[in-house]
Amino acid sequence: MAIKNQKIPAVETAGAAYTPVPGDFEPLRDRDIQTDANFASQGYWKGVAVHFFRNKRAVVGLVIVTIIIILAIFGPVLNSYGYKDIVSVSVDGKQIVARGISPQIAGLFRNEASNPLFADRTFLFGTDDLGRDLWTRTWQGARISLIIAFVTIIIDMIIGLSFGLISGYFGGTVDGVMQRFVEIANSVPRLVIVSVLAIFMPKGMGLVIVALLLTEWIGMSKIARAEMLKLKEQEYVLASRTLGARPMHIIFKEILPNTIGPIITQVMFSIPTAIFTEAFLSFVGVGIVLPQCSIGSLIEDGFNNITTLPYQILPPIIVLALLMLGFNFIGDGFREALAPKLEDM
Amino acid sequence: MKKYVLKRVGMSLLTLLIIVFVLFVLVRIMPGNPFPSERMSAEQIANKRAELGLDKPVLVQFWDYMTKLLQGNFGKGTSLYNGAPIKTVLKTAVSNSFRIGGLAILIGTAVGLLLGITAALNRGKFLDGFCTVFSIIGVCVPSYVFLIFLQYYFSYKIPVFPYFFDINRFAFSSILPSVSLSLFTMSTVARFTRNEMVEVMDSDYVRLAESKGIYGSRLVRRHVLRNALIPIVTVLAPLIVDLLTGALVVEKIYGINGIGKLMVDAIAGEGVDYNYVLALGILYSALYIGIMLVVDLLYGVLDPRIRVSARGD
Repeated sequence: MAIKNQKIPAVETAGAAYTPVPGDFEPLRDRDIQTDANFASQGYWKGVAVHFFRNKRAVVGLVIVTIIIILAIFGPVLNSYGYKDIVSVSVDGKQIVARGISPQIAGLFRNEASNPLFADRTFLFGTDDLGRDLWTRTWQGARISLIIAFVTIIIDMIIGLSFGLISGYFGGTVDGVMQRFVEIANSVPRLVIVSVLAIFMPKGMGLVIVALLLTEWIGMSKIARAEMLKLKEQEYVLASRTLGARPMHIIFKEILPNTIGPIITQVMFSIPTAIFTEAFLSFVGVGIVLPQCSIGSLIEDGFNNITTLPYQILPPIIVLALLMLGFNFIGDGFREALAPKLEDM
Repeated sequence: MKKYVLKRVGMSLLTLLIIVFVLFVLVRIMPGNPFPSERMSAEQIANKRAELGLDKPVLVQFWDYMTKLLQGNFGKGTSLYNGAPIKTVLKTAVSNSFRIGGLAILIGTAVGLLLGITAALNRGKFLDGFCTVFSIIGVCVPSYVFLIFLQYYFSYKIPVFPYFFDINRFAFSSILPSVSLSLFTMSTVARFTRNEMVEVMDSDYVRLAESKGIYGSRLVRRHVLRNALIPIVTVLAPLIVDLLTGALVVEKIYGINGIGKLMVDAIAGEGVDYNYVLALGILYSALYIGIMLVVDLLYGVLDPRIRVSARGD
């Protein structure tokens, strides 16, 4: 090596003697290698992430959703009251219940008209007509709504993806039959499904989940099918088929990973729909059963007491609106990050 | 085009028939017995069943029901509205829902278009920002929440409007529900109009028109709006279907006897028997599918490109 290195400058300088310096024989370390930062190649997901985080709205949405999820997990524990506990003190052997206390912070802020027996307690969102703490109930409700949304969307994703991918891959008669089925399923109004389900099933979380399952998978399957139609003509699929791969292997091992982007976008838009539908079903009275609560049932409670305790309806409505906003922003951000327009680059 | 229309109509009818059949079978196999067996003898029950045609096979029953249905006979309800014919109840419900939903569509589309156009013409200025914020709020907050607030402030705190729906003062008492229902449509239309218009305004042919000296309202009306409007119709279609088939919670809150309220009663199982569930399900599906069909065919009229692609199908 040393001889070679000595020779090159010798040729260039045509005979002039070269004296080696100590630095010549040290290996190049990582820090010395300059990569071209302007035109560096990026991984696909890294590019998506960069675009996503450059989008102000998407970041705002992410922050909102993260905060609400954290509060939904830890909110009820931050308080000493359970979501179905009725707050009360006993005076002379009688139980006095903290009914309808408007939001108060012990020692800082309270409504003079509220029951003075509870002046030393903190109720950030107040208490409801039965004397339950609304802070705990709001986050418990958010927790239930989010659980319903995530569970249904994950199951829907599995059903919709399999249906759409299989339908798109095989094409022909299989596709025709499966698409007629989708067409018919799509034009059955959701409410008719719910009203029939309500007769056969007991009210509660199960009913809400099944109702959402029966309707939400369709959108997912349409997107999966469209992706499949786009991807199945590509060379890597042909290569895999030539090597003897079975259809199921090609569909789920080769093509599925490439459809993840649009699917995530669809999931982000489906979650607010699920939360919205749950709120509506609970409001109508077939959703969550007392004493359990969800965003929808809390809004209904607030509506029933709106003339006497107007503050009660605000927390669930605000949480609902923020969740909708957050997930929609994240969905928009994903969509833009996955297919950035030239002007955004 | 003719082939496309026929295909769409045929598919819709087939779908409706399947829905009606499934609903019918589901209602028939429902648990429960309409006759109290401890107070009626077996013979009486058998007579009653024969009288109502419940002893025949399901397919025959379905055929009987369908022939009656096509004559406009939904049968009799027993528990709601003191056994009035279901048809009468449904008629009132449909007319109430259609009037309020129609009003909401009108308000929503008109104001939404206006907002969207104003925002697009003032791009990047205050009005544009206002429009964006407004449409975000309108999409994120359910319409019944708006109604609750409107009702609280304008009927309870300041009694301007009636607190509940009053059929005798129809126009006056349909303002609050229509306005709250229209907000979602309004914000969706406003956002779409704005985005579409901005896109069209940046296009080459608009720039060409401008360079030819066309400006102001003439440019907006003849060159920008025309092309921006077609996608807006696409967005409006499902909204129209939703609004015309009754807004459930809004109707429940405001005490409107519409399709939505009947549906809520049916879902919650209050004062509604199985005949109602069946009749409502059929009516609702028919409306839903019918309006979707009309809107779909309208696209073809509005946008020649859809006609062409349908022909190639």
